[in-house]
Amino acid sequence: MSHDHHDDHHPEPPSDIEARALALESLLREKGLISAEEIDRVVETYERDIGPMIGARVVARAWLDPEYRQRLLTDAAAAVAELGIGAPPVGDLVVIENGPGVHNMVVCTLCSCYPWAVLGLPPSWYKSPAYRSRAVREPREVLREFGLELPERVRVNVWDSSSDLRYMVLPERPAGTEGWSEEELAALVSRDCMIGVARPQAPAATGAAG
Amino acid sequence: MGVHGEVAGLEGPAALPRKNGELVFQAPWEGRAFGIAVALHERGVYRWDEFRDRLVQRVGEGSPAYYESWLAALESVLLARGLVAPDELEARAQEFRDLRRDAVL
Repeated sequence: MSHDHHDDHHPEPPSDIEARALALESLLREKGLISAEEIDRVVETYERDIGPMIGARVVARAWLDPEYRQRLLTDAAAAVAELGIGAPPVGDLVVIENGPGVHNMVVCTLCSCYPWAVLGLPPSWYKSPAYRSRAVREPREVLREFGLELPERVRVNVWDSSSDLRYMVLPERPAGTEGWSEEELAALVSRDCMIGVARPQAPAATGAAG
Repeated sequence: MGVHGEVAGLEGPAALPRKNGELVFQAPWEGRAFGIAVALHERGVYRWDEFRDRLVQRVGEGSPAYYESWLAALESVLLARGLVAPDELEARAQEFRDLRRDAVL
């Protein structure tokens, strides 16, 4: 039972669950069913890469190309696939457009249906009972708490997602972004903008506009 | 790619634990267990629903921690497919518990 010539990184025995996880990984690697690198890659991808960047690219393209925008609003799945940026299939996606007099926001009142294919994994607040119930009951108040104050004349539409139909908001292009590239524009489009609890802001914007 | 979708599409009580949208692992073994399950599926070792159904069932049974359910579901699908034998799994785990094997991850 001496650990003298053993490593000194793990003087404590692993917990039962740790031992099981270690056992599984070492057996699978021994059998050649998986490599350590593959496991690392998956964890890293999920921690960093699966984000709302696909949705942001789609929005930026729609801002630059009116015909693309039209295709996006009528057949979102085809329009997203068209960009060829490796989005998973989004057959159930519907894109709804903000305008000068209308603001859209998305919720799933029943659970946490979410257009993950374009927005990545949902934030925890999206799944909270508070957001799910209040977004429908008092959307303006919820938006205010997100820091988005909308004038009374702007109508707020709340879209309730389901497993069959998932919504994504196409926000308005901010003023002062004329001549910007698709990449620059995409960088303005946050996940929250596409859920409809924020609006994209050009860096130069003062935020004083109503 | 579609796999990312399926994994990300875990919903309700079986949804991945997250904080501010980021995956949350309470301990390194949880991240490893996550990576193993997804990577094996990406390799075509099993269909995602074989794993998911077991996960949903265990989470529904009220296991104390999410990734304990995750690991149990992963063990179950590998045992069911005969890729790992129960006795070798237990023997290997015991080697780690007894510090007869380096816990190098």
